[in-house]
Amino acid sequence: MAGTAVLGRLTWRAAELVDIVVETPRVKTLGFDVPGWPGHRAGQHVDIRLTAEDGYQAQRSYSIASAPDGTRLELTVELVDDGEVSPYLTEELRAGDRIELRGPVGGYFVWEPAQGGPLLLVAGGSGVAPLMAMIRARDAVGSDAETRLLVSSRGWDDVIYRDELERRAGDRLAVVHTLTRSQPSDWTGYARRVDAEMLAEVGPGPGARPLVYVCGPTPFVETVAEALVGLGHEPQAIKTERFGPTGG
Amino acid sequence: MDPLMLDGNAVAGLLQEVFAVEMTTAIATCGACGAADAVGATHVFRGAGIVMRCPHCDNALVTIVEDGSRMWIGFAGVRTVQVTV
Repeated sequence: MAGTAVLGRLTWRAAELVDIVVETPRVKTLGFDVPGWPGHRAGQHVDIRLTAEDGYQAQRSYSIASAPDGTRLELTVELVDDGEVSPYLTEELRAGDRIELRGPVGGYFVWEPAQGGPLLLVAGGSGVAPLMAMIRARDAVGSDAETRLLVSSRGWDDVIYRDELERRAGDRLAVVHTLTRSQPSDWTGYARRVDAEMLAEVGPGPGARPLVYVCGPTPFVETVAEALVGLGHEPQAIKTERFGPTGG
Repeated sequence: MDPLMLDGNAVAGLLQEVFAVEMTTAIATCGACGAADAVGATHVFRGAGIVMRCPHCDNALVTIVEDGSRMWIGFAGVRTVQVTV
């Protein structure tokens, strides 16, 4: 399906919040049931629309974090203090409440198991969400694509999906963390922002021709993409998705 | 580097709403430098409207303005858009 035009106008659908998982103090995963959901590919996102009583509407995009699974959809949302939408989603919304969403949208920042590997996934903060969808989709179909995930978080308590990543890691999936602001006292891992040296160590190198996906805040993505090209990775093999600081 | 810069993924829904086709995998050829790249890879800036720029030469490829009931889309900087059908 990659590269094939998908015809059909987008329609807004009612989505019912089914469950909430607290990932970190500022991040929650919201599980929705979306009747009529046509399915999605790992890396795609949805547009969410909130309508106030006076008719005022606010719209935001969120990456889908779950692997394709019937009418169920999981979105991982980080609270932006002065945001318009994320405070409502993370603090007001209760199980049984409904919101409007449309999708799936996007096709560029997408990985399908048939594409194989090796995969190099690089995440800044909540940019891990679409990459988690790729890892979950990979595991769901039993793909053996060699995968390295490098996640940059502020501190150990800010690592999204921490336990699940630990559980999924194994021979063919390496999960590497860097903690940029604070580290546990016994931390022996990376403790700085992602740079070329770190990317070279995490690998796989350009010789292995990995498919590279980078997602995070704009400055993070710019730095990582530049470093990867500097290391010799094909620019065409590096797919990026940026979210701005006002995403809220 | 503008920290507010986004990319073509951010306008995927809006473009699909208009064209009824997934557009981020469409290939746009820049009218200024001739580079051909996926719409998803363009640099996107949001202000009163949306400007999509060539990631190679910064040329303004597409401009989009909405007023709630209408949309104005300008393709002044694009030579061709290739869509798989």
